[in-house]
This record gives sequence, structure tokens and C-alpha cells, in this order.
Amino acid sequence: MKNSRLASWKTALPFLLPSLAGFVVFSIIPMIMQIFVSLTSWDGLSELTLFSDFSGFMDRFYVGIENYKEILTSKEFYQVIGNTLEFVILYIPLMLIASMIVALILNSHVKGVGIFRVLYYIPVITSWVAGALIWKWVLSPEYGAINNILALFGIEGPSWLQSSKWAMPAIVLASVWKDMGYFGLMLMSGLQGINQEYYDAAAIDGAGKIKQFTRITLPLLTPTLFFVLIISLINSFQLFTQIMIMTPDGGPLGSTMVMVERIYKCGFRYYEMGTAAAYSWILFAILLLLTMVQMKLQNKWVNYDD
Amino acid sequence: MTNAKTSSLTGLKQRRIIGKVAFYVLGLLVAIIVCIPFYWMIITSLKGRGAIMSIPVEWIPKEPTLDAYKKLFAMPEFVGSIFNSFYVSVLCTAVRLLCAAMAAFALTKIPFKGRNAVFGIYVTALMIPSQITFIPLFIIMTNMHLTNSLNAFMLLQLFNAFAIFMMRQKMMTINDAYIEAAVIDGASMWRIFFKIILPMSGSAMATLAILAFMDMWNDYLLPLVLLSDRSKFTLPLLLSTLSGQYKNQYNLTMAGALISIIPILIVYIFAQKYFKEGLTVGGVKG
Repeated sequence: MKNSRLASWKTALPFLLPSLAGFVVFSIIPMIMQIFVSLTSWDGLSELTLFSDFSGFMDRFYVGIENYKEILTSKEFYQVIGNTLEFVILYIPLMLIASMIVALILNSHVKGVGIFRVLYYIPVITSWVAGALIWKWVLSPEYGAINNILALFGIEGPSWLQSSKWAMPAIVLASVWKDMGYFGLMLMSGLQGINQEYYDAAAIDGAGKIKQFTRITLPLLTPTLFFVLIISLINSFQLFTQIMIMTPDGGPLGSTMVMVERIYKCGFRYYEMGTAAAYSWILFAILLLLTMVQMKLQNKWVNYDD
Repeated sequence: MTNAKTSSLTGLKQRRIIGKVAFYVLGLLVAIIVCIPFYWMIITSLKGRGAIMSIPVEWIPKEPTLDAYKKLFAMPEFVGSIFNSFYVSVLCTAVRLLCAAMAAFALTKIPFKGRNAVFGIYVTALMIPSQITFIPLFIIMTNMHLTNSLNAFMLLQLFNAFAIFMMRQKMMTINDAYIEAAVIDGASMWRIFFKIILPMSGSAMATLAILAFMDMWNDYLLPLVLLSDRSKFTLPLLLSTLSGQYKNQYNLTMAGALISIIPILIVYIFAQKYFKEGLTVGGVKG
């Protein structure tokens, strides 16, 4: 018995070796290292001797929980959280409405809907770098497409990325454009899972289309909607590429500073690796919290009846 | 009586037609909104330097020119970045796929002690995005003298929780009887893996390959952190620096953006089915 156990480990190990090695070296060790670095004032430039001379390194740079204190008491951190919340508040309702419309169109079985599906998905497969560059130019106050279209209707468009008030809404617009195909397709597969008989029964009882939507479609779509909501919420805390490309300096008056952008700049622009590491842990805590809330609320809100 | 019936029938028909037209109009409207930025990119890339800043805006370029493209392809680092992106994307996809398939094989077909624990630990790694670990990853890579190395990106593909998860889902559906039969015939585990399991997981591999290729081709954060030598830049990274370097020459950046979209668009058009499958399994990624 013992032998066969050993034998099966021996057979399994060669197959597991690459993933185990990758997991340890590029997931576990970085996470542990990040704990230690977050407790130091290491600048990222002087030599890192965490492996060769651990105690020497910690003696030299150890600052305790100073980095965490500094972040949590800084004005900047609350601006970052505020910016993220502004993004969430604007992005999530807009995205949900847009992707719901996309889902309803794609689910309508009219001829030629396949072409729409291909078109709506192109922003999803486009890289964020290309997408953000396009939007930066589309939103150019004088020469951009949006303000020139608005001008046709006699509206004077804002200066978008150059305005502290409009920079974040501009990022939101680009993000909704990029994501609505993805979430729309997700909602569509949710719609397809709803039993047609409910609609037939409701039609016989004389329920109109709108009533059918609010009384049948929405309640039965809650599992998918909830899922989309959580994913998009978690994604909202990980904004990076569009921010870096559209507003490389964090926006006017820091109006588009967000978590990952701060982590990157702390580490590679200001050479405060310790602060960057501490920031990463705070972000991790937020993401963990969101995931836990998701698990808790899932049973409460979600209607799994078929 | 009959009259009323026919009139209500035509009414129903009419309503149905109106409904259809409404969906078309709505669909078209959304399509236009989606396409305006792309249209803007294409026409800008065909304009000269002066034309992009002309007022009123030229919705159709008056003097279309390929100058922007010529200028881009005359830059050695631009051509190099296309090559770098292909190199990294193809090799990383291969490594990610092979390693994930191997791990999934062990996790589904070899009954070793602690198998569920290993899988459980792997799955929790799904929750750790690169946005959180890129700082220590940079430090480790620097210590291993692996920054500015395109091959180093392959090391990061040895372990990919999502890919392992997805391959495991697929392999669980493969009947163990195939393996038992092969073992009786004296086949080695490697032979079983390559000759039986891999071919039977074809569709999952294809989906995963496309998702992985798109991931790598579009990635920005890790190349930004790990590459500083311009000759090693991937296409997205080079594009982002071009926009800083040639600040107001949007015809250049738009041409570059268009070029970066084309390969992925071609893959998408020919492999739509797998994209759709990827989306449904992508659901579990959360």
C-alpha cells in the first residue's frame, strides 16, 4: 500500500514539476517577498540582499508598518479610493445598461444578427493600449471625433482628459465601449438559459413585453447579472492600462490616480519599492474582501430557481 | 367575428414587424457607436501630418496617403516589436498549454496522495492577479538577470491557474478506461499523455491557445515592468512610447494601433467558435 502511494507520487511528479516550480518561484516567493519588502524603505535601486543576507537587509531598511501608516493617513490614498469609486459609480450602471441592450439585440433572432455579434466583440479583442490610444485621439477637444459630432448638434463638448471633472468620465466611456461586448455576450448566454415556456405562459395571461422583462427576464437573470457585477467590480480596482495611456501623469489634479497606477509609479518612478509593496497588499486586501462579500451575498440575492 | 380575428392577426403581424425593425435600428445604432472610434482610427492613419489638425475635421480624408505606414515600417524598432510580439506570444502560448495539460493530467488521471490539496492551492492562485505581484516579480527577475529577456516570459507561463483549471475540467470528461487499457498494454505515462489524452483534449486546447495568444499579444503591464531595452519591446509597449515621442502625430499612432489589431482580428474571424467557448469557461475565472 505504502509502496503504491509512493509510486503514484513518483509517476505524478514529472507532470507536476513545471507547474509546481512556476507556482513556487513566481507566485509564492513573490508574495512572501512582498511582505518583507513592504516593511522596509528599500528604494529598488540599492542592491537587494533579501536572499543572500536577509538579516542584513532587514537591519538596513526595516521600518515596520510605517509604509502602511503613511499610505492610510495620506490624502492621496483617499483620493485614489475616491477616484476608483467615481469610476465604479459611473461605469457599472452604464456598462450594465449597454451590455443588457447588446444581449437583447443578440438574443433577438433577427436575420443578420451574426454580423452585429462580430462587430460588438471587436473592442474586446483589441488591446487596451490600442483602444486607449484611439480614445485619447477620439476625445481630443478640438480635433477629436466626439466633440466634432457633439458640435453638429450644437453642443460644446468638454475638454475631456484635460479637465479634472471630465477625465474620469472619459475613462469610463472608453471602458464601457471596450467591455460591453464581453459582458453583453455573457448576459446573452444567461438569457438563452431562460425557459421559453415562462414567456408563453405570461403571454397567454396577457402580460406585455415590458412586464415580461421585469417579472421574468430580470429575476431569472440574477445569477448572471450578479456574476457580471462582481467581475466588473473587481476589474474596477485593477484599472491600469487605459489610465496610463490616456492620462500618463494621473490626470489633471490627480483626478485619474488609481491603485495599480500608484503601485507602478511608487515602484518605478519614485523609487519607493517599500511603499509600492505595501500598496499592493492593501489592494490585495480589498480584492479579498470583495471576493468574500461575493460568496456571502451570492446565496442571499441570487435566484437559482429554474 | 371572423373579421375581428383577422384584424387582430394582422395587428399581431404588424407588431412583430415593428419589433423586428426596432431591433434592427437599435442594433445598427449600437454598431455605429462601436465603430466610430475604429473609423476614426482608420481615417486618421490615412491622413497627412497637416490634415489631422485641420478644422473643419475631414470625415473623409481629402488627400489619403500611406505616409504614416511608410514612416512606421521605416523604423527598425517598430518592425522589431512586431517580431518580438509574435515570438513571445507563440512561445508563451505553447509553454502555457503544455505545462497546464501536464498538470491537469496528473490532477485527473494519476491518483496520488494529496491531489485535492494540490488542486485546491492551485485554484486559490486564481485570485492573485499580476497587478498585485508585479513588484516582487520584477525584483526576482532582476536578481535572476532575466529582465530584458523575451525568453523569460516563458518562465512565467510554467504555472497558469486558469489554464490548469480549464484543462482539468476537460480531462475529467475523458473515460479512465482508455488509460487502464493502455496501461495493461504496457504504455508509459508519457505515451498515454501524448498519444491519448492530448488528442482527446483538442477542443479545450484550441480555446485555451486562442485565449493565451490574445493575452500575450495584448499584454502591457508585464512587458512594461520587465523590458527596458527598446529593441526588446513588444508591440503594445512600443506603441505606448511612440505616442509620447511623436506627441501630436496621431496618424502614426493610429496606423500602429490598426496594425496591432489586425493579427488578433484575423484569428478572431477564423476561430469565432473558440472565442465563444472561451467566454463561457472564462466565466469561472472570476
